[in-house]
Amino acid sequence: MSFFSYAWDWVTQSANWHGSGSIPQQLVAHLGYSGLPLLIAALIGIPAGIAIGHTGRGAVLVVNVANAWRSIPTLGLLILLATLLGFSFLTWLIPLVVLAVPPILINVYEGIAGVDPGVKDAAKGVGMTGWQQVTRVEVPIALPLILVGLRTAAIFVVATATIAAYIGLGGLGRFIIDGLASSQYGPVAGGALLVVLLAVLVLAFFAVLSRLVVPAGLRGQRKTE
Amino acid sequence: MMWSWIPSNGAMIWQLTRENAYLGVVPALIGLVISVPLGIVAARWRWIYPPVLTVINVVYAIPSLALFIALIPALGLSDTNVIVALTLFSLCVIVPNVVAGMRAVPAPVRQAATAMGYGTLRRLITVELPLAVPVIIAGLRVGVVSSISIASLGQLIGVSSLGYLFIDGLQRSFPTEIYVGLVLVIALALACDLVLVGIKRALTPWAARS
Repeated sequence: MSFFSYAWDWVTQSANWHGSGSIPQQLVAHLGYSGLPLLIAALIGIPAGIAIGHTGRGAVLVVNVANAWRSIPTLGLLILLATLLGFSFLTWLIPLVVLAVPPILINVYEGIAGVDPGVKDAAKGVGMTGWQQVTRVEVPIALPLILVGLRTAAIFVVATATIAAYIGLGGLGRFIIDGLASSQYGPVAGGALLVVLLAVLVLAFFAVLSRLVVPAGLRGQRKTE
Repeated sequence: MMWSWIPSNGAMIWQLTRENAYLGVVPALIGLVISVPLGIVAARWRWIYPPVLTVINVVYAIPSLALFIALIPALGLSDTNVIVALTLFSLCVIVPNVVAGMRAVPAPVRQAATAMGYGTLRRLITVELPLAVPVIIAGLRVGVVSSISIASLGQLIGVSSLGYLFIDGLQRSFPTEIYVGLVLVIALALACDLVLVGIKRALTPWAARS
């Protein structure tokens, strides 16, 4: 039997859709574990990225941090915090925020720093204040990259929230970790399939979002590049 | 921190480090070998790239643990499982850079090579690819560093790596072991990163040194 037949058999069993620890419950828990860190990371990464991109201060730091950040093993960080802090909400919140901030920060920074200097001069030339330059010109132009940063962070967090089950939390990872522990491939495959579907949904959500919020004048750019 | 634990378990730590390095470096190298021709094709025939990019985005969105699991029926709980999964992720980060690197070769350079009588293949190998090396290596660096880090997750499906130190450390509530694992994964990744920076410098002697 293949991965998909195992996963499908498990996902379509009606018993898995009712009661405590059922698929809908764990899905909601998973979204909760993902949403809060993403929100916090956005609140940190977006203003910081805009400030660094606009002023150019700290740019070297951002680029270097971006490289080193990928080497942090999430499982290790999570487990370290679990042994140091016990099972408080900070145990799962901190690693997820730590891992979501860099992709947001880097993409926002690159988006803002990459705005055509001619456009920036023009904004200044028509009498815009610094704040107006940022909010009306630089941020809208950087939006496609800002969304890429948020998308990367969201996918990362959704994926990592799976591992959070290893230290005893809920979410879709519960099925995977418990299934692995009891050598049952059905829930493992089913849980994995649901996480993949969730990640693809996140991807689709951001594709729609970028259609809706990216200024019309920027959309055709790729074709004429 | 219990420092004496480190020397008394030196052999095991060294073994796990080697296994983790193998699981991280091999996929990135296979990824590179596949990405270069794929990227060249995608850069030359532009209509190929948008669908390739969509596939890349979707594959990259698959959580690594889920991909390990999906490969279990075909590959079992083996090194091959982790290597295949990480090769797929490496492709996702290297291919876009190969395409970007090839596209960034200035048109006048290409025309000059043609005017000097270079054929397509010779121009590709002796002019375009060398100019694309910095961007390709930038992609490879991301591939190696993430592969080494994610390889530690292979331990969850029983594939031996530095992830063992995390899981064993949790079960024994022994932070020292977890610290050692964290530091070694990060150090291993950054060491490979440095090697690639060195290789890039050796391959592009004409580039400005900062």
